[in-house]
Amino acid sequence: MTLHQFLDTAFGRLGWDALPFWEIVRHPHDGKAWLNGLIASGAASLVVFGALAVVVMLTRRRWWRSLWSGWLTSVDHKKIGIMYVILALVMLARGLVEATFMRAHQATALNDTGFLTPEHFGEFFTTHGTIMIFFVAMPFLTGLINYVMPLQIGARDVSFPVLNSISLGLTAAGAALVMVSLVLMPFSTGGWSGYPPYTERSFNPGAGPDYWIWAVTLSSLGSTLTGINFSVTVYKERAPGMHFFRMPLFCWTALCTSILMIFAMPPLTVATALLALDRYADFHFFTNDLGGNMMNYANLFWLFGHPEVYILILPAFGVYSEVFTTFSGKTLYGYRALVLATMCIAVLSFGVWMHHFFTMGQSAELNAVFGISTMLIGIPTGVKIFDWMLTMYRGQVRLTVPMIYALGFIMLFVIGGTTGIVLANPSVDYQVHNTLFLVAHFHNMLIPGTLFGMLAGYTMWFPKAFGFRLDEIWGRRAALGWIAGFVLAFFPLYGLGLLGMPRRLHAYVEPAYLPFTVVALVGTLLIVAAFACLCVQLWVSVRDRDHLSVRAGDPWDGRTLEWATSAPPPEYNFPVVPTVESKDPFTHEKLDGKALQSPDDWQDIEMPRNAALGLVLGLVGFLGCFGLVWYMWWLVVLAALAGLGAVIARSFTRNTTKTISADEVRAQYMEWLENVRALPLTVRSQESSRANNGRAMPVMKEQQ
Amino acid sequence: MSRHPGLNLDASHAPAHDQAVTLVFGFWVFMMSDVIVFGLLFATYVAMSDALAGGPGPHDLFELRTVFIETLLLLISSLTIGMASLSMKHERDDARLFIWLGLTFGLGLAFLSYELHDFASMVEKGGVPSRSGWLSAFWALVPLHALHVSAAMLWLVVIAVQVLIFGQDSEVKLGLLRLTVLWHFLDIVWIGIFTIVYLGELG
Ligand code: HEM
Repeated sequence: MTLHQFLDTAFGRLGWDALPFWEIVRHPHDGKAWLNGLIASGAASLVVFGALAVVVMLTRRRWWRSLWSGWLTSVDHKKIGIMYVILALVMLARGLVEATFMRAHQATALNDTGFLTPEHFGEFFTTHGTIMIFFVAMPFLTGLINYVMPLQIGARDVSFPVLNSISLGLTAAGAALVMVSLVLMPFSTGGWSGYPPYTERSFNPGAGPDYWIWAVTLSSLGSTLTGINFSVTVYKERAPGMHFFRMPLFCWTALCTSILMIFAMPPLTVATALLALDRYADFHFFTNDLGGNMMNYANLFWLFGHPEVYILILPAFGVYSEVFTTFSGKTLYGYRALVLATMCIAVLSFGVWMHHFFTMGQSAELNAVFGISTMLIGIPTGVKIFDWMLTMYRGQVRLTVPMIYALGFIMLFVIGGTTGIVLANPSVDYQVHNTLFLVAHFHNMLIPGTLFGMLAGYTMWFPKAFGFRLDEIWGRRAALGWIAGFVLAFFPLYGLGLLGMPRRLHAYVEPAYLPFTVVALVGTLLIVAAFACLCVQLWVSVRDRDHLSVRAGDPWDGRTLEWATSAPPPEYNFPVVPTVESKDPFTHEKLDGKALQSPDDWQDIEMPRNAALGLVLGLVGFLGCFGLVWYMWWLVVLAALAGLGAVIARSFTRNTTKTISADEVRAQYMEWLENVRALPLTVRSQESSRANNGRAMPVMKEQQ
Repeated sequence: MSRHPGLNLDASHAPAHDQAVTLVFGFWVFMMSDVIVFGLLFATYVAMSDALAGGPGPHDLFELRTVFIETLLLLISSLTIGMASLSMKHERDDARLFIWLGLTFGLGLAFLSYELHDFASMVEKGGVPSRSGWLSAFWALVPLHALHVSAAMLWLVVIAVQVLIFGQDSEVKLGLLRLTVLWHFLDIVWIGIFTIVYLGELG
């Protein structure tokens, strides 16, 4: 084998031109090539140096060992949940930066004077959309459910803890693939939906669409497994007495979301797999010739895509339900109606996918059917809005940070929902489809809906996870910044859409667009500032953690089981599995004086041992997919064998659990209990002050 | 005490029963997501059944005789794997279990060999996936089933090795129970393939 052949085999089609500054080398006299090359190189160096900095810090502080045994190989649902949320926040930062670049570009793009090249702009909206959906919203909600749902149903862990860490590994591998595409370019320019034939090999033979395919495939596999895990957990792991209709609403939404994942993620896997077959093996599913038909892709993708948006929104609805009931000090109004509405939405979500392509040639009758089914979704959603408002009605409402997000959500989400009903009318959709009106609509659902919900949940459950509250002032700044920034950044897009400005537009000659795009840029900068406030908030809160400490575990006068245990909870969650007698069990315990008791039937607790399988499969998945992107077949084969070997080896381990002795559990609990009992009760007016020690005086007692 | 049908775990070990119920239930849910995958591939196949693009069609490529033999082989293997799980349920005798597992493996292997022969003859006659949309749909659906069968056979070998090492402990029993579910599922998918892909096209 000559050296040349060896290099060809080793590196596949990976060459110098994959480096972000290669355009500069090729066109050294082109100003735009310089600018875009510098932007790309800047991003790439952030990835490389960021990774290096993390490695250096871990080594200098000697954190590798605790990272390994405390986090990476941990199968504790709480740790896994936290890792998911960290992943989401990191990716959110990238998605936001990309959004800012796009907005800055469009604000300067009148008469084609924007600073990004068309390819670069295309990569921006593709990575932004892909990241925001698959690597921000999905991991965020998966992380929150992971952390909270088992605690709320009184379980010790999810049903399949190792599978849980495999899901995390696969999702993180997908995210890593998108990050690596910044260093070894390019990424796809085909949008987050990756429509062929544009993403077919005949139009785009490069590595870009392959990055997209494998990143999304990894994430979809992870999410399918997550859905299985969560739904089985809700069915099988509920504490005694936790009947379905006593479950907190968040658990209901978690259940519906996981059912949607089980049914809706496979269509995505199929769609991307068939696209991969087209690209790699010369199949003809979606090509223009030899019998291929891209409508097959559109149907498969949106059979996933529409349920997906409900996967994204339902857990946020769950969070809002918890926020409204907790911070109004009232039981949730219309609990059964809310459960029913959630179920309705989950079922209906499978019957509307065609509204994503009203204009693609099916008959008017079919469009009418799907238009009507789409409008129907407004009904259960409206029910929810009224239930939440009536939950606040005559409650003791406190305008804490989660509540600010929730109120912003109600106002903005109703507007976004209304524009959805407008779009559901096929004849209107013919006018505004593929314009910024649509972009405004779905951001109006995703940001005030999903993202605010996730941030509200993050603020509400942070003290449970870490034992101290987040700083209130910076939290308010962030929340208000998000709300105002959102309005400024997206309401102009409705106008732009009505003026006819298409989405994904690189340059335009219509001067009327300009003022709107400038306002949208200002709004985006405000959102960036709000994100900065979130970072400052985290920093300030960690610094002041002693003053913000809530080890007693109940900072908000919580109503559900997760607040009954310490903050942070022990690995096994509850020293003794709780017995549930009603809805809002912890509130009833507090009112009846049954909270903070010392049980007398202590038992040994069996917990799963750490496992490296999730980490290994994540790594192997990443390497294998990286090999696929660059045609490094040896890497693909090695990774596949390693993955198979790891799974088989794992099936030979028998000693998978460890036992925590009853004495140890009791000692830990009694120590905590004594500390808590010594604390004074916090009234709600002190909730946001340093007096909040996590031992709550129930609102109902205050009022008596 | 909750008992799982089809399985006798040590009576003294109550938590193992709960675990078994959860594990097997979880596997059923997993199967459900696999049903979606196959269902969509069937739908794609049906949607593309006219997309011959002037290439060879079912009458040129399919041989009903071998497909029928494959069907019989797979159906019988469902019986033998059922016998394997029955023998695990009622007896403690490893030898008998191995006979049934070995038979199942052999039938699976015969099935795959016939199928490979089919695939090879299709390729010979120009029925390759790059020829037309219909052939693409065929080559995504049917080989995926074959891939599932191969994976199930690998799993079967792993379980057999585990019986040698650990005896019939509850992990092995649960493994075999889930493998049986998978195996029957693949049988059902094959029935779908036989009727929709082969009989449907030739009829
Ligand atoms: C937070 C501030 C955000 C800003 C300023 C922003 C901005 C943008 C912009 C400028 C585009 C391109 C629009 C066009 O096609 O012309 C876009 C597309 C998109 N955004 Fe965002 N976005 C934000 C957050 C989010 C979030 C939270 C999500 C999802 C959870 C999201 C999902 C998407 C998707 C799916 C696309 C479509 C990408 C495509 O065309 O393929 N965005 N966004």
